[in-house]
Amino acid sequence: MFGFSPVSAAVGGAMIGLGVALLWIVNGRVCGVSNIFGSIVSGNWADLGWRLLFIAGLPLGAAAALLIGPDLFADMAPGLPELGMSPALLLGSGLLVGIGAALARGCTSGHGVFGLANLSLRSFVAVGVFMATAVLTVVVAGA
Amino acid sequence: MTVSETAQRRPILFHAAALASGVIFGAGLAVSGMIHPQKVKAFLNLSLIRSGQWDPSLAIVLAMAVIITMGALRVAHRRRRPLAAASFSQPHARRVDGELVIGAAIFGIGWGLAGLCPGPALADLVSTFPSILLFLGAMLAGMTLVHVWRLRARRQSAPVEEVET
Repeated sequence: MFGFSPVSAAVGGAMIGLGVALLWIVNGRVCGVSNIFGSIVSGNWADLGWRLLFIAGLPLGAAAALLIGPDLFADMAPGLPELGMSPALLLGSGLLVGIGAALARGCTSGHGVFGLANLSLRSFVAVGVFMATAVLTVVVAGA
Repeated sequence: MTVSETAQRRPILFHAAALASGVIFGAGLAVSGMIHPQKVKAFLNLSLIRSGQWDPSLAIVLAMAVIITMGALRVAHRRRRPLAAASFSQPHARRVDGELVIGAAIFGIGWGLAGLCPGPALADLVSTFPSILLFLGAMLAGMTLVHVWRLRARRQSAPVEEVET
């Protein structure tokens, strides 16, 4: 089971911020994962290369952290990620996440991290709304 | 986010930084535990507060990421342009509109159902391949659907403005 993990949460959160910082200071791009991923299909060719590299980096970084991290941070969640969901649930939730992120022009990274840091009103609204519906969904469907 | 994209100045540095950004971001997701859908749900499930099993970790993750990003924005503010691009690609959507609110609401429902959002879903390729492809494929289909819908809507309305999305 998972429990409160303040140390690894703070370190991991700071690393996420560093990734966002790097993409902004060096590349001048907003680190919004939904936009970077969705633009593989709908974006321009000149930007395909860096988007694929960023996306490839996500599981690579996760693999490295899963190897090294548990020795460094005692409260890091143990084990490899497991989905434990039916194919129908994966398809349905993926579709909702895709439609929603595209309509809102951002997700937990674009609005949640960059947008809040940028004090964007749109992002404060988006985060408030998606946090509320996500909590409602888990409380009603989950538990 | 809607951004107007600008040219790359130093292609090698630009691409190396994109890869490094993804690696650091993905490592952060793993260290923080956010690659585990169950841990994300343990935050979203506020009904766990009563039993003392609620996991507030996600709030710390988000807060730390926002604070570091705020610092980066301050650093960038003093520079005329990024190290490897012609200019900063600022998001240019400003108004709070129906698409934003409805989109965020739909996003939250999907996020709550699975405990997965785009970043962690991609990082989860590390151990949940190939079943995660169902989520990623459906997500890309949903995004493309909205994109096509927007293109159509724009073509039908008179060409008042050409906004790059």
